[in-house]
Amino acid sequence: MSDAIVRIEGLRKAYANGVEALKGVDLDIRKGEILALLGPNGAGKTTLINIVCGIVTATGGQVLVDGKNWLQDFRSARTRIGLVPQELTTDAFESVWATVSFSRGLFGKPRDDAKVEEILKRLTLWDKRKSEMRELSGGMKRRVMIAKALAHEPDILFLDEPTAGVDVELRRDMWELVRKLRADGTTIILTTHYIEEAEEMADRVGVIRKGELVALGDKKGLMAQLGQRTLKITLDDPISEVPSGLSEWGVALEDEGHTLCYRFDSHAEQTGIPQLMRRLDELHLGWKDLATHQSSLEDIFVSLVHEERAA
Amino acid sequence: MNVQGVKSIYRFEMARWGRTLWQSLVTPVITTALYFLVFGSAIGSRMSDMAGIPFGSFIVPGLILLSVLTQALMNASFGIFFPKFTGTIYEILSAPLSPIETVTAYVGAAATKAVILALVTLATATLFVDVWVTHPLLMVLFLIAISIGFCLMGFAIGIWAKNFEQLQVIPLLVVTPLTFLGGVFYSVNAIGEPWRTVTLLNPILYLVAGYRWTFFGVSDVPVWASIAVMAAAILLPLAAIVWVFRTGYRLKS
Repeated sequence: MSDAIVRIEGLRKAYANGVEALKGVDLDIRKGEILALLGPNGAGKTTLINIVCGIVTATGGQVLVDGKNWLQDFRSARTRIGLVPQELTTDAFESVWATVSFSRGLFGKPRDDAKVEEILKRLTLWDKRKSEMRELSGGMKRRVMIAKALAHEPDILFLDEPTAGVDVELRRDMWELVRKLRADGTTIILTTHYIEEAEEMADRVGVIRKGELVALGDKKGLMAQLGQRTLKITLDDPISEVPSGLSEWGVALEDEGHTLCYRFDSHAEQTGIPQLMRRLDELHLGWKDLATHQSSLEDIFVSLVHEERAA
Repeated sequence: MNVQGVKSIYRFEMARWGRTLWQSLVTPVITTALYFLVFGSAIGSRMSDMAGIPFGSFIVPGLILLSVLTQALMNASFGIFFPKFTGTIYEILSAPLSPIETVTAYVGAAATKAVILALVTLATATLFVDVWVTHPLLMVLFLIAISIGFCLMGFAIGIWAKNFEQLQVIPLLVVTPLTFLGGVFYSVNAIGEPWRTVTLLNPILYLVAGYRWTFFGVSDVPVWASIAVMAAAILLPLAAIVWVFRTGYRLKS
């Protein structure tokens, strides 16, 4: 795709202890999008981000930032990228103002007090600018980490678990901030455990499992592609067990015998629903309500992780 | 070239030093001043001259180096070890800085501190004993070269060290004894065999003797040998650091 601002090609990482963290990941990140990377702990999300940002050395493959190799042209790549790591690692004795100004200079930008002021105000850190890092709460530290990452005005921002251990209110604030950054043209890649977060924020969602990208698509497309629908039939009278005549549909009985559940693939040529309804008639099972339900990203995620366990 | 980035790290390191001035400048100066007071003013007059130099004056260059070598190692190693320890190194690694720029910033700051420490110690020495500098320019150049060498060594130790103990081992267990036995308090010609030969195997002797030569114009060893050891003290750790950045050893996984 030509509009990829970051192109990841065949990225592999084997750690010295033999753990294969990434097994050849290909991924195009589009300019201006919010891409959420979902995956269980140890799936390789952080390794992927750290390789792109230069903290971990790749075993194979390459990353192109705006078409340029990220190692050969490391200066241009890194100047454009901002990283908010998962861990809250800060210099305890530095003031908020000093540590954010430091980050700006470190990434080669000349001193600009007005810019630092704007970033601190945006993250509601202005009142805390003279505080030392050790005096701040966890949530405040998280904001400072974001301010540091934004200090050199990157147009690509990596957020590694931005809302891990963050209270609900701050999480809402973060989402708001991420949306504003996107509106200003920043491309955002975030990793998360929270399906809710991906569902709420992302344009596209990638699922990483055991070092492989097992699903990638725009949020709606992914849900349509992987999503199953469930048909729920509320019966007139409860039954004690599923009649043998319905065995070929694999229906389940729920709600103390009041409801029959049938899971189907909405994209299949034959959903099996008309036949099922006819069979219900033949069996003289009366029903009073029908409802279908689209599975959420959470369901998809859980089923992908279950596939892994089954594999 | 990311000049801003180098300046940022340099300023950060100098500010860290400024916050701990008692520990990093005042304490070593006072400790060294005690030597000047005891060995120079108090009992120096009862000691015989060394290589034609009054004892109190003779020990000044060596004692300055003792303090410089230890502080250079400690400061430079801590400067890179601490970000590794706390995790803030992520920012340095992800910044648009080449290895040369990173090393220049850290080692430059540590060497600046070492040179300031030496000059303050020298100024303090003049309060207690007679000191004169025969080759002032070379005195400063030698000081800068030795400081850079030991700061590079400290930087390499900081990357190698996995804990605070390893950080302290080389400065305290290797460099301090070698400096003490490296002719700080005596001329190598004043001691008998086999200790004379053993002492000549100590590389720090050549640094002390060369540095003393810039003060008093006399040396136990040829000046070119001192310069050769200085060059080695810069090039060997530099080679180790180049290798670290090439391989990512203990810096990147």
